[in-house]
Amino acid sequence: MAVFSGRYFFMIEIQNLSKTFKTADGDLEALKHIDLSIADGDIFGIIGMSGAGKSTLVRCINMLERPTEGTVCVDGVDLGQLSQKELRAQRRDITMIFQAFNLLMQRTCLKNVMFPLELLGMNRTEAKKKALELLEIVGLQDKAKAYPAQLSGGQQQRVAIARALTTNPKVLLCDEATSALDPNTTNSILELIKDINKRLGITVVVITHQMSVVESICKHVAILDMGEVVEQGTVEEVFSHPKSTAAKNLVFPEGEEGSFVVGNEGEHFIRVVYNGAYAAGKPMIARLAIEKGIEANISYASTKGISGKAFGTILLSISGDENTVKEAIAYLTTEPGIEAEEVEVNVQ
Amino acid sequence: MFSSIFTSEAFAEAWTIIKTQFPLALWETFYVTVLATAFAIIIGLPLGVLLVVGEKGGIKPMPKALMAVINFIINILRSVPFLILMILVFPLTRVIIGTTVGTVASIVPLVIAAFPFVARLVESCLREVNPNLIEMAQSTGATPFQIICKVMIPESVPSLISNFTVAITTILGYSAMSGIIGGGGLGKIAINYGYYRYKYLVMFLAVILLIILVQIFQSVGTKLAIKTDKRLKNQTVKKRS
Ligand SMILES: Nc1ncnc2c1ncn2[C@@H]1O[C@H](COP(=O)(O)OP(=O)(O)O)[C@@H](O)[C@H]1O
Ligand SMILES: [Mg+2]
Repeated sequence: MAVFSGRYFFMIEIQNLSKTFKTADGDLEALKHIDLSIADGDIFGIIGMSGAGKSTLVRCINMLERPTEGTVCVDGVDLGQLSQKELRAQRRDITMIFQAFNLLMQRTCLKNVMFPLELLGMNRTEAKKKALELLEIVGLQDKAKAYPAQLSGGQQQRVAIARALTTNPKVLLCDEATSALDPNTTNSILELIKDINKRLGITVVVITHQMSVVESICKHVAILDMGEVVEQGTVEEVFSHPKSTAAKNLVFPEGEEGSFVVGNEGEHFIRVVYNGAYAAGKPMIARLAIEKGIEANISYASTKGISGKAFGTILLSISGDENTVKEAIAYLTTEPGIEAEEVEVNVQ
Repeated sequence: MFSSIFTSEAFAEAWTIIKTQFPLALWETFYVTVLATAFAIIIGLPLGVLLVVGEKGGIKPMPKALMAVINFIINILRSVPFLILMILVFPLTRVIIGTTVGTVASIVPLVIAAFPFVARLVESCLREVNPNLIEMAQSTGATPFQIICKVMIPESVPSLISNFTVAITTILGYSAMSGIIGGGGLGKIAINYGYYRYKYLVMFLAVILLIILVQIFQSVGTKLAIKTDKRLKNQTVKKRS
């Protein structure tokens, strides 16, 4: 793919990145030995709890924050080696949108979108033309003359996105870009970002603390916990088989799967893991009862649909002997993308 | 002694003085105040910017020693009473204007007294600018100079206008005081007639005119500050006809 076009396959390569802040009460290791490679054209999610170091990491990608150690390469350029002047030029390729939108409040929307072009010294007519085009892309050409205070949050973020696109960047960094928005507006902004990624081929890095954001637009995800990447991979892998505690907490915010389930004597439990099964329209539990005569109760379920496939866990309770359980497991696992095993739960 | 203020002779006499002296005095006070404020802003604005951007952690950190010296000078000038400052800057006034008396000469001490004040006002305005906007500009590749000219100052225009209004009314008060050492304007009339010749009616009128000037400056400034502030909602978007 991108290799053939002469560009680097990895748009962003972060190696052994550490950032330590010197604070009044000692050193604070905000990032510890981060290694991340983000493919050209990817939508890459970085998810973690508040204080995990997400913003620091994203600020290291455009060198707003100088790493204490390690390197950040964007499109093959080692940003740490650049002078301030060269870095400023690079930043036209690595633009950013923010949680608080960060529009200039004393400028009209059009002038806000023109801002990066003004910094470049582009002539006004040309800059205005380009800005109007971009406002059209984000669906706000009629708000060109309005001031940000007259716009809703979602509209303000659209203007910010238009502004971030004026310099034809290679990378768009989104730091909690939808965290200040309601769910509907969040979805429309995510759709816009997805669309931009597809149409313009811009590599997008999405920083968030919300699972739903990663699920709905990211292809790859890294989980950041206390300054460390504890898990990374495709969204499907990481979310269907969370290994680290941090990942489990994000995927199952209501607690470790089934840990609160208490069984009775003679009850058996089967954990069914959906790992990308096309489960839609196939009522497994009902068919288990009809075809095998095995009745199962759902004791716990946490599944999510990601790009049409099911991911997650269901805990079934079955009354019967060992053979019934084996039969049920055999039946369930005939379906591709489903794993099942008997598990022990606390007995009353 | 106040019983003699409102006699008809006093009124007649005051009226003559008002007719002959007030128009010029009013004009003198006005232009001295406006010019002194303008010069104070010309010096104070860049200085105020420097105080914010040049500090440690600012967008263009300057040597610590330089910042300390600037802060020290500003604080010294701010703490000298204006009456004494006027006398202290006599040598400087003589160098710049050629004389130490007269209306034009009074502009020099006014500027010297006002620019440190303006610098502090500008400093406080610029500190109010949302740091997220500066981060945005940096992430867009803006130079420190561009951040100052395109973000920090434009974003604080409404509060700069409010604060410059405070400055101009303060300078107006000082300019009246400069009447004591030979400055012209309403202050001179108030002192010459009221203090030296006991013509209290003339003095009151001069003071009333000063009050009216302050009111005018203040309300124009406030209106302008509100009008320029685009953060206020419900402003009608100008439609092109
Ligand atoms: N400029 C700074 N100086 C000192 N500590 C900082 C600074 N920026 C961030 N931190 C600390 O680094 C940690 C990570 O912060 P941040 O990257 O903002 O987390 P997140 O965006 O994931 O919520 C926090 O403990 C925060 O207090
Ligand atoms: Mg953050």
